[in-house]
Amino acid sequence: MIPKKTLISPIFDNNPIALQILGICSALAVTSNLQTTAVMCLALTVVTAFSNLFVSLVRKQVPSSIRIIVQMIIIASLVIVVDQVLKAYAYGISKQLSVFVGLIITNCIVMGRAEAFAMKNPPWASFVDGVGNGLGYSVVLLAVGFFRELFGSGKLFGYEVLSLSTEGGWYIGNGMMLLPPSAFFLIGFFIWVLRAAKTEQVEVEEFKITKNSTLREAL
Amino acid sequence: MANQDSTGKTLMVAFLLCIVCSVVVSAAAVILRPMQDANKDIDRKRNILLAAGLYDDARSIDDQFSAIQTRLVDLQTGQFSDDVAEGFDQRKAAKDPVRSIALDSKTDIAKISRRENQALVYIVESGGKIDKMILPVHGYGLWSTLYGFVALESDLNTVAGLGFYDHAETPGLGGEVDNPRWKALWPGKQVYRDGAVTLALAKGAVDPAAPGAEYQVDGLSGATLTGRGVTNLIQFWLGEDGFAPFLDNFKRGEA
Repeated sequence: MIPKKTLISPIFDNNPIALQILGICSALAVTSNLQTTAVMCLALTVVTAFSNLFVSLVRKQVPSSIRIIVQMIIIASLVIVVDQVLKAYAYGISKQLSVFVGLIITNCIVMGRAEAFAMKNPPWASFVDGVGNGLGYSVVLLAVGFFRELFGSGKLFGYEVLSLSTEGGWYIGNGMMLLPPSAFFLIGFFIWVLRAAKTEQVEVEEFKITKNSTLREAL
Repeated sequence: MANQDSTGKTLMVAFLLCIVCSVVVSAAAVILRPMQDANKDIDRKRNILLAAGLYDDARSIDDQFSAIQTRLVDLQTGQFSDDVAEGFDQRKAAKDPVRSIALDSKTDIAKISRRENQALVYIVESGGKIDKMILPVHGYGLWSTLYGFVALESDLNTVAGLGFYDHAETPGLGGEVDNPRWKALWPGKQVYRDGAVTLALAKGAVDPAAPGAEYQVDGLSGATLTGRGVTNLIQFWLGEDGFAPFLDNFKRGEA
């Protein structure tokens, strides 16, 4: 019996993006509209879950000298399979995601979970942990995608919500929301809100910054 | 378990893992290939229709495509070729030394290094007369070769549309060549002024009142090099080494 915690805790308590600050790169790149975001979340959840499962299955056989390479090969193979499936069944979306599906290989969440969890835990628990972390990633990405698509192009999942002034409506699209840096601000807000609600996530300061020297001291 | 880290064991694990993973990956690639090819073909036809401004969401793509005549053109002579167009792979031809010519650095403005001897053209007819002519174009942008189509109106000088179906430019910057709003700027632009290809991307926005505005399209901000590539490929493919001889012949009814 696996504690429910394995599945639930990565979503808010131990969120891979908000607390571990992993996998930011794709969070910036694919969140300008919700449809690609949702497919990316699904792809990453599948890859994290199955790579955890397979890494955990072979964990007792893997010599520690090549364990990172073994994890990479498993992850890379899974990502290629996912990419091929998307090309066959969701061609339009796979074209929009272009290189970012391939870049799941380098997504820190996948490798992080394989190394930190799957190498030490049984297969089923690792699988659940992968799903949980995929969901944690998805929650943040979907939230970012929601705001970026809504305020950037006035739409949700491609359906018009706010009519844009360029198409005769009243809403002036926020161009910055369509650019990757806006995801940084949104993730920043997300982390702020999360840590304000769950104060145990606030890190202890590692060092104290001394006060600036005053003019008298400098003289 | 004692010799977990021995050389033999390490090699063994690495070898077995590689075998298993390569089988999985190649199986996925081989099994899904027919579907991917079918998708690509539909996507190609859809892009031809989109470039010509004929695409209709409600009808099936194969049905819409039946109104389009596919012909093979000999680029050297500018005449229709007698070879069958069906199944002709233009990309393969461009790489085949027998069916293509090498370009020297002066003529190769689109940076494609070889140009195929034959090219496909798509002719949209209505009532026995040509309505639109759709020409395949390709050229190098910033990271990748852009493949697309240019559609011309029946005067073979006015652009009816432009679209790219394959490229790997930066999403959000060079990738904006797929932006429908930018593509909507192309129809109505003129290609030739006194017989020379004049159509090009401008720097920034084009003032519609300025003289020569009909030969210029707004540049893409943040995509200077991709934009330059687009200009070059238009100038190459509609120029003397591209389709210009064929278009001249066609206009005179001698193709």
